[in-house]
Amino acid sequence: MPASAVLSTGGALAPPALVLSNLSKTFGGQRALDNAALEVRQGEVHGLLGQNGSGKSTLIKVLAGFHAPDPGARLEICGEDVAMPLAPGAFRRHRISFVHQHLGLVPSLTVVENLLIGRLAEEQLWGISWARERRRAAERFASYGLSIDPAAPVSDLSPVQRALLAIVRATGEIRADGKGEDAAGPAQGNGLLILDEPTPFLPRRDVDQLFRVVRAVVAEGASVIFVSHDVDEVMEITDRATILRDGKVAGALVTKEATRQDFIDAIIGRRIAFAERPATPESREPVTASVRDLSGGTVADFSLEVRRGEVVGLTGLIGSGYDEVSYLLFGARRARSGILELGTDRLDLSSLDPRRAIREGVVLIPGDRPNAGAVGALPVVDNVTMPVLDTRFRPWWLSRSRMAQSARDLGRHYEVRPADPTLNMAALSGGNQQKVLLAKWLQNSPRLVLLDEPTQGVDIGARQTVFRHIADAASQGAAVLCASSDYEQLAAICNRVLIFAGGRVVAELTGAEITKDNIAERSLAGAA
Amino acid sequence: MANGTDVAGPTLQTERRGSISRTLIKRGEQLGLILVWLVLIGIFGFLQPGTFLTWANLSTILGSQSVLVVVTLGLLIPLTANDFDLSIAFTMTLSSILIAVLNVNHGVPIGWAILAALALGAVIGLINGLLITIFRIHSLIVTLGVGTFLHGLTLWISDSMTISGISMSLINVVIVKRLFGIPLEFYYAMGIAFVIWYLMEYTAVGRRILFVGRGREVARLSGINTDRIRIACLVCSGFLGSLAGVLYAGTQGAADPVSGTSYQLPAFAAAFLGSTCIVPGRFNPWGATVAVYFLVTGITGLVFLGFSSFIQEMFYGGALVVAVTLSQLVRGRQEQQF
Repeated sequence: MPASAVLSTGGALAPPALVLSNLSKTFGGQRALDNAALEVRQGEVHGLLGQNGSGKSTLIKVLAGFHAPDPGARLEICGEDVAMPLAPGAFRRHRISFVHQHLGLVPSLTVVENLLIGRLAEEQLWGISWARERRRAAERFASYGLSIDPAAPVSDLSPVQRALLAIVRATGEIRADGKGEDAAGPAQGNGLLILDEPTPFLPRRDVDQLFRVVRAVVAEGASVIFVSHDVDEVMEITDRATILRDGKVAGALVTKEATRQDFIDAIIGRRIAFAERPATPESREPVTASVRDLSGGTVADFSLEVRRGEVVGLTGLIGSGYDEVSYLLFGARRARSGILELGTDRLDLSSLDPRRAIREGVVLIPGDRPNAGAVGALPVVDNVTMPVLDTRFRPWWLSRSRMAQSARDLGRHYEVRPADPTLNMAALSGGNQQKVLLAKWLQNSPRLVLLDEPTQGVDIGARQTVFRHIADAASQGAAVLCASSDYEQLAAICNRVLIFAGGRVVAELTGAEITKDNIAERSLAGAA
Repeated sequence: MANGTDVAGPTLQTERRGSISRTLIKRGEQLGLILVWLVLIGIFGFLQPGTFLTWANLSTILGSQSVLVVVTLGLLIPLTANDFDLSIAFTMTLSSILIAVLNVNHGVPIGWAILAALALGAVIGLINGLLITIFRIHSLIVTLGVGTFLHGLTLWISDSMTISGISMSLINVVIVKRLFGIPLEFYYAMGIAFVIWYLMEYTAVGRRILFVGRGREVARLSGINTDRIRIACLVCSGFLGSLAGVLYAGTQGAADPVSGTSYQLPAFAAAFLGSTCIVPGRFNPWGATVAVYFLVTGITGLVFLGFSSFIQEMFYGGALVVAVTLSQLVRGRQEQQF
């Protein structure tokens, strides 16, 4: 049995709740999953770990019926063979239920309405007795030791209460006791709840409450797959764990017998890595930008000095706050407090807006390109000339031909293809859109460049170009902050990398320390 | 939106053939409505040569429908910034009534009455804009409420009566005096269309309005004061609404508190229909102007053929739905272009 490869200690009498084996998935020649396997026993909490791109989310999406695996994959649920690929939504028939990081709740509806969404979608209900539904909801919450008011709108709940509500709703869907919660059709299996990174935005105290509910779910006989980045949480809640790396199973650990370092080693994989990059000497350039006591969102008391020409990477796990810094420094989101000093100028971050930031020579290239970066329905020329209409052209007598010429020149310098600035942005690939945005913002020689995931959705070929332009901007005197969860990218472009956990910087890597593995290890190590 | 991968490059030959057919499709889209309009004129002219295809009829259409052109032009400014102004026809009616009340009932000189009406229009736009941006309410709701309120106000100050006897000097410069046989108000409307076209295409402000409409978050993060732009657009539509009221009073020589409100729907129909031609995929003043005359030609022709006035409602209502459908198709095609 291929599953036994994963199973390190035998002995359970009941067939496993779920056995996945021989699972591969190829996307355009790239193997996202390579002969992966997963076995979850009945009544256990099973951790699924791995870095970004390890294949975790592809595996989850195969179970959700969102991706069809390559032929040859096998799936058994409670000892019965299930044909692959699963149809979208077929997981319900196997008593599998998902809670994603985006919880899928409607904030303006009440708790009990949100609980009923699944049934309202599938059954014809006439004459709903809201009193009875509310009472039943209250009973279910009480059985998990929760006090959530069924009549309250979800928008009034705290983040952890929302997560708990989503979990309770999901457990309702996998119950076998036929309280009208079952989907149509014969149900198989004993109930499997898949928690896909439900915790990164929760404070520690709330995570404990969530774990109590998870234990209660398992006590009823169901199984849980707990997908996470966070080694500490996985060590606390899981019985066993499967670790994926580069689409393969990199380790199957029994939590009790494993150390923290075992987990981290399995996630990162030890390679004999000499210094992957030449040690960069510490910059002796003057400080051009300094941040004092920035607090806002998750970020707390963040201070930083960036030198001329320096590229500083910001990273950490999801929810650690590293990705919020750029937006706070640009005034795109209001900070609670903090000062940004650029040369002799002092900006109060609690009242800064993007207009002012741009005037002071701060630019932001956001990660959400379609919504915050570029207007897809407008041509490249309009997108790229937007910030300089007043300064490079006559604002009350624009010359379309001069604008097009300027866009063409920039496009040539930034290697935008196709080289036709009259095309709509949406017609360009992600990489070329990003080059246009780099051109848009770097053409004014900014003092501080803020980047959020600069190569997200950017094809391999364009990545190097993006890196080069970031380096060019730095060498022309800008200070660059780059928030990214792509450790390889940070290792390639940064002079310094700051690692966040819980909204604070917990480590700073410089020079030869900046390697992909080091960044990954320090991120996983978190605050500890 | 584009996905993360590069679009595979087609071979040079198919690319060239593709670009020729693309150019043809593009030209067809730009000029399609004008061609359909000319065909429509031809058909009605053929069926009713004695009445429809007369200079008197055509110049009347060009002149009297200028009011609708101005309303439509006013509407497309906030539409470009992705805000609706459902109050514009009510602003127009209130403006024409205000002129009549001041000029006829209170003997205020016509010039001052016009200035008061124009100022009122701008203030209404300001109120709309402030409500929308300060309280973050959707423009549909705000302007629907404000418009209905204005309608009540109009009925109140006019006692629900038609007021006639507006100063001839206004009537003269609006409809009586002609240039090349067409009343002056037609040229006013064309002048406004020209100004809007210039502002939208050749000024930084016009580009900013477009950005606010098409990507509000992008605009904000590009340092544009999106609230100020939206308020300014609604002030413009309020002002143009009241200007249309001035022309309406001049065209009729009187003001009534109800008939003007029927301009709301045709203006929307024309604005959306106009966004399918000249500059397909964008609200644009020349397209909107063509669309107004296309719609009016259709209705006038049908009435000449013996349909009674119910056809007007059916035609405008149908045209709005068809126009929005077409403009969605054009936009969808534009996004997949290349």
